[in-house]
Amino acid sequence: MTFIFNLNALAGGLFITAAFGILATRQIRACLRFFILQSLFLAASALLLGLSPFSIHLMAVAAINLIIKVFFLPWFLRRLLSKEVYTRREISQTMTIPSALLIALALTIGAYFFSLPWVETASTIPAIHINVPIGLAGLLLGALTLTTRREAVPQLLGLLAMENGAFFAGIAIAQGLPLIAELALAFDVLVLIFVAAVLTRAVHERIGSTAVGRLSSLREDPHP
Amino acid sequence: MGKHVLFNLLQVLVVMGFSPLAVGVLNRLKEIVESKRGPSIFQPYRDLRKLFSKDEVVANESSWIFRVTPYVVFTAPVFVVLLIPVLTSYPLFWAFMGDMVGAGFVLALGGFFTALAAVDTANPYGSMGASRTRMVGFLVEPVFLIVFFSVSFVADSTIPYIVQQKWVTPMANFFEPSHILLLVAFTMLILAEKGRIPVDNPSGHFELAMIEESKDLEYSGCGAALMMWGGWMKFFVLIIIFSNVLLAPWGLASTMDWGAILWAIPLILTKILFFILFLVLIESSLAKLRLFRISEFLSAAFVIAVIAMLTSVFS
Repeated sequence: MTFIFNLNALAGGLFITAAFGILATRQIRACLRFFILQSLFLAASALLLGLSPFSIHLMAVAAINLIIKVFFLPWFLRRLLSKEVYTRREISQTMTIPSALLIALALTIGAYFFSLPWVETASTIPAIHINVPIGLAGLLLGALTLTTRREAVPQLLGLLAMENGAFFAGIAIAQGLPLIAELALAFDVLVLIFVAAVLTRAVHERIGSTAVGRLSSLREDPHP
Repeated sequence: MGKHVLFNLLQVLVVMGFSPLAVGVLNRLKEIVESKRGPSIFQPYRDLRKLFSKDEVVANESSWIFRVTPYVVFTAPVFVVLLIPVLTSYPLFWAFMGDMVGAGFVLALGGFFTALAAVDTANPYGSMGASRTRMVGFLVEPVFLIVFFSVSFVADSTIPYIVQQKWVTPMANFFEPSHILLLVAFTMLILAEKGRIPVDNPSGHFELAMIEESKDLEYSGCGAALMMWGGWMKFFVLIIIFSNVLLAPWGLASTMDWGAILWAIPLILTKILFFILFLVLIESSLAKLRLFRISEFLSAAFVIAVIAMLTSVFS
């Protein structure tokens, strides 16, 4: 029993490390790889928590996560986005990577402190002291990714990382999370990715860049 | 008591004797991965013999620091070996002379003298290498400290012999997130500290790109041999700390008889071989980072170490 919770803690530690990876890698491909890893650890955590008080709902959550986020989404992004977006070596950032990492560290420590009262009030639920702070930290790091990255695809991954973080906290709090809610959310994410990817592709074809900051001003010529 | 002293000295002999072999195996494996035959795994021993039999040339303008440095670089890892578990899982005679932070300081002393000696001869490449090493060094230092602090926090002790038992009693401790993340952070530290590939290219011969190598360009003969041997021993000691103190005390002798101690030697060498295989994998699949990207690599190591600390403090 403690062994399962230990493994869950390990999945949590690797989950948050993957969130840092999404924030700090320079290549879009590596970013996507870290996102896949993060989703894998989320699925692992859901599976482990579903084992110990046996819960078919959490098992289903793990399976849905695995299928949609680990296999389908990366395949879909690779398929839809042109090679040029996808294999770009350097993502432009609003700040240097070490300073982004330091802010992320401060956010993580903050997440541990903010979640302290929740953890204390609900201390009867197993694994809450692992999943809630790490999920909250994952959410904040996703938001930070969204603000520091200048291009569309890494921002999209940041949004998905936020969703992953919320789920990581959720699987510990709501043990009997109704399956229908998870299904609805999964399809929501799918539609979101579909729209965003199509939009990114269209913008890239028209303007030749997906750096969001440069899209705020109107321009006459299509090829700057 | 007498046996404890003897075993402790045996540890030093093992590290002195096998550190060139580890480097030879590493070089040979790297060449094999690059589809070349490569030098024999005993080449480092031949290099040492050749250098020890050669004359030494010392610049007129250099001071005593230049002459003393090879001996400091050679003896610093020897002192560390007295403190850490190399062959036994129980503390030996000098084990309580210093803790892990002390071992870190002694290792850093060698690096400090190397940097001073590189500046001493006024060779431009030497001081460039020294300043770069310091840049890497001050980024490495906080990570080292965090790793040591979180290890001692988890184990309630800073003595490496006590720390190593913590990860396997009970076995579930092995899978603690802080343990796995500390291993990752320490691996990145070894790469940075010994100038391996993502940080520095050890087989490069272009002086402007060198970090680690350019500091001992001025040494010849006996001094060069001692510098090289000291560097290899430091590498070996770092791998030992990784595999015996941080990973798990598997393969170490737990009884006091000579058979167990001697049997521990091949087991430890096997462990080190696995680490070297892992290192070869990293070195042949990654490219060297640009100089100002090193700070990103090391800040990633710092972040991983801090997460390890957080997960152990708050659980």
